[in-house]
Amino acid sequence: MIPDLECVDLKKQFGETTAVDSVNFSVPPGSFFSILGPSGCGKTTIMRMIAGFLEPSSGDIQIKGKSVLDVAPNKRPVNMVFQHLALFPMMTIAGNIGYGLRRAGLNKAEIDRKVGDALERIGLPGIGNRKIDELSGGQKQRVAIARCMVLEPDVLLLDEPLGALDLKLREHMKVELKALQTAFDTTFVYITHDQSEALVMSDQIAVMNHGQFEQMGSARDLYYRPETRFVAGFVGDSNRWSGKVERVQGSEVELRTERGMLIRGNSHGRSLAVGDAVDSFVRPEAIVVAGKASDLDQFDTRISGEVSSLLFNGAASRILVRDDQGDEIEVTLPQSGEYASLSRGDAVHIGWSGEQSNCFAAEAS
Amino acid sequence: MRAEAKLGLALLLTPLLLWLSLLIIIPHINMLFIALRERVAVATYETSPANFLTFFREPLYMWTFVRTALMSVMATVITLVIAFPVSYYIAKIAKGRRKSGLFLLCLVPFWVSELVRTFGWMILLRETGVVSNVLQYLGLVQGPVEMLYNDAAIMVGLVYTSMLFMVVPLVTTMESLDDAVIEAGYDLGGSGPSILREIIIPHATPGIVSGSIVVFMLSLGNYLTPTMLGGKESLWFTELIYSQFIVRFNWELGAAFGFMLLILSSVIVWGMLRLTGQTLEKTMG
Repeated sequence: MIPDLECVDLKKQFGETTAVDSVNFSVPPGSFFSILGPSGCGKTTIMRMIAGFLEPSSGDIQIKGKSVLDVAPNKRPVNMVFQHLALFPMMTIAGNIGYGLRRAGLNKAEIDRKVGDALERIGLPGIGNRKIDELSGGQKQRVAIARCMVLEPDVLLLDEPLGALDLKLREHMKVELKALQTAFDTTFVYITHDQSEALVMSDQIAVMNHGQFEQMGSARDLYYRPETRFVAGFVGDSNRWSGKVERVQGSEVELRTERGMLIRGNSHGRSLAVGDAVDSFVRPEAIVVAGKASDLDQFDTRISGEVSSLLFNGAASRILVRDDQGDEIEVTLPQSGEYASLSRGDAVHIGWSGEQSNCFAAEAS
Repeated sequence: MRAEAKLGLALLLTPLLLWLSLLIIIPHINMLFIALRERVAVATYETSPANFLTFFREPLYMWTFVRTALMSVMATVITLVIAFPVSYYIAKIAKGRRKSGLFLLCLVPFWVSELVRTFGWMILLRETGVVSNVLQYLGLVQGPVEMLYNDAAIMVGLVYTSMLFMVVPLVTTMESLDDAVIEAGYDLGGSGPSILREIIIPHATPGIVSGSIVVFMLSLGNYLTPTMLGGKESLWFTELIYSQFIVRFNWELGAAFGFMLLILSSVIVWGMLRLTGQTLEKTMG
């Protein structure tokens, strides 16, 4: 199957700085692909190169197997939903959605029909004659997507389109975007710095840092099997310990932290040797809380401490546990509510299995 | 407290009210009275529309009036055509210091008085002027050329004087257009001309209209430029008013002319607003 979008050795340099460095990826038809990275990592540059607003320094961009490097942005079979949507304020809603169709030279009857169809599909039928500023944030979002989708692009690019929305609406639009993608059955390429957006919606996610892809995979892969230290720290929340490897057995690793605590971890196939400086990442939900130390016998890493903070957030409530060394460890409370009465200063025992702890060679610094 | 607030408001409004009433409203009412009286004998006046009738009956007055209006409209259009790309470049393409530098360049000529600027054009365009000499030196013409005292010279002067008043509102409105909107236009298949027509011009319309109103008013009421660059025969309406007031000492006719000019500019501005579907609040606010 020919991928809808393929980037080969894509590179972009601005003077001395390399914004995008040898990026390779391909997006199969009908899938939702996200590029996730902190601001300034080069993800917008990739997006603008695909849309045609920037020319790559080297490498190739192919859409449906054909290179589009020589194709001007207004001729490329890709359309973009801009960060602030960039709807045309001087036109009506129908004018906005019909803009591309008018430019493509369709006759008026057909434009009206397609615009009507698109409004129907985004659940806003019959509002074509209204002005853009009469719409709510979420409705504008849908109009911006419809404006692109009427052109039936091979690939739809979305540049952090949810960034300007408030939290509640953002949560809602995540679900809706995914539904729209299924409804239109088009390939979506989505860039964001918000990991929950990427994790919820995407079939595949590429995590990007300093112009390079750190890891590409499904949301589950990225979350449970991060391949690099950056991914482990960037995707999801983690507790991090730095230390030196004391013993290696297969993929099991024992490390001693700077404060002298012994922690077990797993290298998941990465080569680590005794004496290496490592960082170990443990998810807050991988840590189990218990009132009695004996309840944690099945875990190979156990710590006793006291609750230093309660972070109540409904089902995602957490506590901060201060251990004997004074480190604070973030632990997710079980949803059963058995620790609902926990309060600050209470003594607790926590433990986790070495399997849940991802160890990476520390960055030389 | 309420009384104090009222006093404060009154004090704040006083300069504006004084300015409006002393310099605009009262002189105009007075002008209207003068325009509507006719001298029937020495120091004897009667109320009559005779002065306005004189205006409509004398072809030269009418011709000058229409000519001034058409030339001003033309000057406005030419100014707009030149200023639009300049403003677009300043607002959207130039960045940082280059941008402020270019903007300043538009402003610099206004540090010199209009009189001196107009003399500058005279130095360039007159028979013994720079342009004439250069053309002779290059062998393109035989003998000196007079480029002053014609309509083209007036037009050059008017456009030059008005440029800044068009550039400023245009730059301001165009700066408020998000670059992404232009990019979105390209992304959705628009070409340069179609984006200009469907996106940039509609967005810049308030600026275009307010700039055009200002430039038109300035051209219509300009006295110095047409007189100096167009010479005695330039037939500019303000010159007629001047000569009635100062040379002929016929205040009655001069006042009537003044009122005709006021009506003309009001009608054209109103027509322009209607034509573009703008309101005065939108363009000036």
